[in-house]
Amino acid sequence: MNILVIGANSAIAKAVARRYANPANAFYLVARNEEKLNKNAEDLKARGANQVEIKSADFAKAGIEPEVIESAKASLGRIDLVIMAHSILGDQAVFEKDLDALNQLYQVNTLSSLNLLTLLANEMEVQKQGNIVFIASVAADRGRPSNYAYGSSKAAVVTFLQGMRARLAKSNVHVMTVKPGFVESPMTEHIEGSGPLWSTPEKVAEIIQKGLVKRRNTLYTPWFWWGIMTIIKSIPECIFKKLNL
Amino acid sequence: MERYSWGGYPNTQQQLKQLSSITTPLPKESFLPYGLGRSYGDSCLNSEGVLLSSQPCDHFIFFDKETGVLTCEAGVNLKSIIQHCLPMGWFLPVTPGTQYVTVAGAIANDVHGKNHELAGSFGCYVKQFELVRSTGERLLCSPSDNSDYFYATIGGLGLTGFITQVTIQLKRINSHKLLVTSEKYQHLNDFFTLSENADDANEYQVAWLDCTATGSKLGRGHFISGRHQDDGDLILPERRGKSVPLTSPVSLINNLSVRCFNSLYYQRQLGQTKILEQSYEPFFYPLDAIENWNRLYGKQGFLQHQCVIPKNVGKEAIKEMLALIAKEKTGSFLVVLKMMGAKSSGGWLSFPMEGVTLAMDFPYQGKQTLDFLHRLDAIVSDAGGRLYPAKDANMLPSTFKAAYPKWEALEKMRDPQIASDFWRRVIQ
Repeated sequence: MNILVIGANSAIAKAVARRYANPANAFYLVARNEEKLNKNAEDLKARGANQVEIKSADFAKAGIEPEVIESAKASLGRIDLVIMAHSILGDQAVFEKDLDALNQLYQVNTLSSLNLLTLLANEMEVQKQGNIVFIASVAADRGRPSNYAYGSSKAAVVTFLQGMRARLAKSNVHVMTVKPGFVESPMTEHIEGSGPLWSTPEKVAEIIQKGLVKRRNTLYTPWFWWGIMTIIKSIPECIFKKLNL
Repeated sequence: MERYSWGGYPNTQQQLKQLSSITTPLPKESFLPYGLGRSYGDSCLNSEGVLLSSQPCDHFIFFDKETGVLTCEAGVNLKSIIQHCLPMGWFLPVTPGTQYVTVAGAIANDVHGKNHELAGSFGCYVKQFELVRSTGERLLCSPSDNSDYFYATIGGLGLTGFITQVTIQLKRINSHKLLVTSEKYQHLNDFFTLSENADDANEYQVAWLDCTATGSKLGRGHFISGRHQDDGDLILPERRGKSVPLTSPVSLINNLSVRCFNSLYYQRQLGQTKILEQSYEPFFYPLDAIENWNRLYGKQGFLQHQCVIPKNVGKEAIKEMLALIAKEKTGSFLVVLKMMGAKSSGGWLSFPMEGVTLAMDFPYQGKQTLDFLHRLDAIVSDAGGRLYPAKDANMLPSTFKAAYPKWEALEKMRDPQIASDFWRRVIQ
């Protein structure tokens, strides 16, 4: 299988890629930091991956998506599985003051994702085969005062994916939206907290791999986040306004 | 409060920091290298500084499929080594009873497994590692280069520097399965007879024993031996585990549950001898199937007690300890007994030595538990044995110093920035 990983240095993408690291699979890793990319490429090779190539790319720059997809195709030939995990979490307080930061958040999390997905959809629609996994977030389910900039940047993609999933289903291409809850990773290192609600990238990766086998559409990781978000979504707006979530 | 050691006793305030990569400079404050926190007592704690987690350093660097030599970063855990190397026909040459330890932790505690008698400890298979000192100096250590640091670091409890990457030799296997023989025996004496006569083809040998039995049944249990199957599939069968979701306010491990469990467990096997095929996970890691099993001991936590006693006096000392446990009715839920061999890694503070090792755990019930453990320690010391620092939270400085005479040499090699609660306690 030929696997394209975008945001390959992210903790969840790394853990997913490792689960597929065996002689049957080739990888094309895309991320910003080249040093980390090299390390992750060596890691996957040592774990048994057949072939690993890398490309350093910064999705804060508009318009680089076609070149990324072209070079991935050149390396892998046909793309069978795409893991999309590139994302900025950022700080809500900054997004409330700094328009450049807000625009950059949307450039990376939203616009580049929509561009990449559009290119990939066309590619896979023709080959009539393939899987796309997009790592969204439970934050996309409802805008909350603590992180609505980030949450909405993911929500746009989640809605986009719903339509794309229905479109590509006719071509035997599967699109899976993943909504992780709290995951211990470098992205969340600054957030204090631990306990039963927290999960690890390894556990999330295991759920993703199993979800793909079952062709799940939307996957909350772990599952209980579905329950939590159902409750959060069902709080009437008049009460929600008074909460500090 | 979050726990940073497996036993949860002592439960002191800790501060955890991540070392973001193996090339990141070490912190300027007092620290202790930290893996997955599977040490039971205070050897993985540092209340007067920070714990420096190796978790971000979890990359494989190179694996040679032909020779089975693996180079990886410090924070790689044994589970991921097995998951990636077993399908290629390679397994850990020595493994402890859990896969959730890091390679660096396995070196720092020079861990052993059910094959110690024949294979020695983990350190015997370490070809080289890089040790970073707080001065920034990077030392490549092997039996030939920086050999003092090499042997000080194997079993050196993380005190000599931060291990960043390691090279180990794996061993060839042809199947994920083991052929296991379980023999029920009636008395401690029978354990020694069985060990003596055991077939060396069965590389792995261990006994579980019923600590509630007394008198003519003292030390009765199951003698379990196993070996890798010669051929079969090199696959990773899926294992369905359970998890203990929360820490119980009181220990669920008490006299009643220990008594019930031990009697039932002893009786579970009806026949004298049972032969079965087991995959590697249930054979090597039965407790890994219950995630966070340590929470069963409640908020107070528990203490492990693992000793090794020289062979010639082993039987008598173990008898004395078991009799004391039975008399005090402070049974241990799981008691494991096994022989250790003469093969040594050369680690200055390595725990294993030729003899017999006994491992038990006790819920913490205040000072009475600590006093009771000191009485067990005295039996061990009198017999010329020693206690396993990775499992200890209680031994007296005098007990430690007498059993590990090279502690002073290690203290000289210790990185001045590194310390642990254990070390402060035992060298005072």
